[in-house]
Amino acid sequence: MDSNKNFLVGIFNDEEVLLHAVENIRGKGVKIQEVYSPFPVHGLDEALGYRRSRLPIAAFLFGLTGTSLALLMQIWMLGYDWPMIIGGKNFASLPPFIPVTFELTVLLAAFGMVGTFFIVCDMKPYKWPRQFDLRSTDDKHVMAIDLAANKLDKNEISGILKESGASEVNEKNF
Amino acid sequence: MQAQSILRESLITGGKTVADVSEDISRQVEGKPTKLWWMAFGISVVVFLYGFYCVCFLLWNGVGVWGLNKTVGWAWDITNFVWWVGIGHAGTLISAILLLFRQKWRMSINRAAEAMTIFAVICAATFPFAHMGRLWLGFYWVFPLPNTWGSLWANFNSPLLWDVFAISTYFSVSLVFWYIGLIPDFAVIRDRAVRMGHKTRAAIYNALSFGWDGAARTWSRYESVALILAGLSTPLVLSVHTIVSFDFATSVVPGWHTTIFPPYFVAGAIFSGFAMVLTLLLVTRKVFKLEDYITIYHIELMNIIIIVTGSIVGIAYITEFFIAWYGQVPAESYAFINRAFGPYWWAYWAMMTCNVISPQLFWIKKIRTSIVATFVLSIIVNIGMWFERFVIIVTSIHRDYLPSSWSMFYPTMYDVGEYLFTFGLFFTAFLLFAKFFPVINMAEVKSIIKSSSEKKH
Repeated sequence: MDSNKNFLVGIFNDEEVLLHAVENIRGKGVKIQEVYSPFPVHGLDEALGYRRSRLPIAAFLFGLTGTSLALLMQIWMLGYDWPMIIGGKNFASLPPFIPVTFELTVLLAAFGMVGTFFIVCDMKPYKWPRQFDLRSTDDKHVMAIDLAANKLDKNEISGILKESGASEVNEKNF
Repeated sequence: MQAQSILRESLITGGKTVADVSEDISRQVEGKPTKLWWMAFGISVVVFLYGFYCVCFLLWNGVGVWGLNKTVGWAWDITNFVWWVGIGHAGTLISAILLLFRQKWRMSINRAAEAMTIFAVICAATFPFAHMGRLWLGFYWVFPLPNTWGSLWANFNSPLLWDVFAISTYFSVSLVFWYIGLIPDFAVIRDRAVRMGHKTRAAIYNALSFGWDGAARTWSRYESVALILAGLSTPLVLSVHTIVSFDFATSVVPGWHTTIFPPYFVAGAIFSGFAMVLTLLLVTRKVFKLEDYITIYHIELMNIIIIVTGSIVGIAYITEFFIAWYGQVPAESYAFINRAFGPYWWAYWAMMTCNVISPQLFWIKKIRTSIVATFVLSIIVNIGMWFERFVIIVTSIHRDYLPSSWSMFYPTMYDVGEYLFTFGLFFTAFLLFAKFFPVINMAEVKSIIKSSSEKKH
């Protein structure tokens, strides 16, 4: 982990002001470490230049695994390992296997995707997040700027933050 | 300048700000429970314990303590099972289907409705477990375990086994969906606890929130997870009651063997689920003073869904009757005439009155915007939906092909006891949820505060 870092923390009251501020600040060549919000702000990820999440692909692959596992399991158990005549149907007939296949597809897709989400976001019950300002879960949008990662000095960045509509600019060391 | 629609009412009233949302919703988690809460909790626990005694008695002595007989082998147990599963459907409909349709009014009611789903499915699951008799052997009957372990592979051609997979998938995916929604709100309570200096509470809610940070990157991933989960839950919720209806529809019992069952069961499930959501939310909003978040407009919209699904159910009842006549199968026709005019006529007409006639009252705006009328009608609908399942199950099997085996079903105190057990379980769980978890999705409500609050910024 990166320790002993100096951050400038800009506090914004309004999501629209924040969105314009992000564009303005990035336009001036300042690197934003991260923005913390109490609720999802639409368009913020694009404004910050983040790539679209690839979690849907993970969900699809997990779902595909579920489909294949369910089909293989049912066909192998009732078709090959111990064939039984049930209602005169074929041993391995597809239609009665569809419900279980569907359920296992959904189950694996959901659990696989949520598990992946926790891993990629590094979320665990015993971990405390790095908090720049406790109000970021209440009603403020908090923008963190790593001073070491930027060429401009503290006062210049602070000026840009204020001019973009930040209600407060604080300093925070970790 | 902000454009204001004259057609749509505000979703959040009282000129709330984003900070007010955190304050209003977290307060109930942070404060001590009220006297009213303790009273309700006490009653629920007593009912639960009495039911628990009945369940233990049942497990010790066997299913014979119920009022079942050779002709009526399924009665209250499966009626209650289908009833509770059906109630669960509204939660997923609100959180998943309304999310896909971008219906913003879902946001203040989805949390409580999803909690209701989860507890209702737990209650439903107790009935098949109890009906197994030797519960510990159920392990071999539902899990695909190898033959050498003492039983054959589970039969994947059986709708009862599909049901096991459907209900357990539905339960676990709903639980994950609900929990994912709770994570940012747990973080709100954690940060408030840090500011108030409650160290233990902060640690507990941080663990519950999985160390949520609220970063833009996390939110972006979180939103795609929520959207995909909604996409997965939508066919799931429709499949669950479809598969429950297969338990009956794939049999050859007159009255059960109908192709209309899947859509009819799904509509009925949503119908009863919304009724239960209304019953619970009308009390919750009063007790926790959430009138500004769960407004009359929300109640009205839910009542409109009740009219729609109630009318679908009504049409299904009539269609069943028509097909029984049109199909000209004597056993089928008899089953339906017996249903309406046989010894269980009172159950049939109770169902018709509660499910077909009473929701039509919601066409009147005064009734669907009245809290008292909505509360009464929501309970009537749930009574009607219980009778629907009872009518389908018991009237279809109590007179089979052999008149010598015709019989009636009389519940014993253990039938009643297990039903009470699930009520105790449901309300105990819901009250604990309402005390310790935020009952309204704060993050979502905050995101619409600007566009939906009366106060313009």
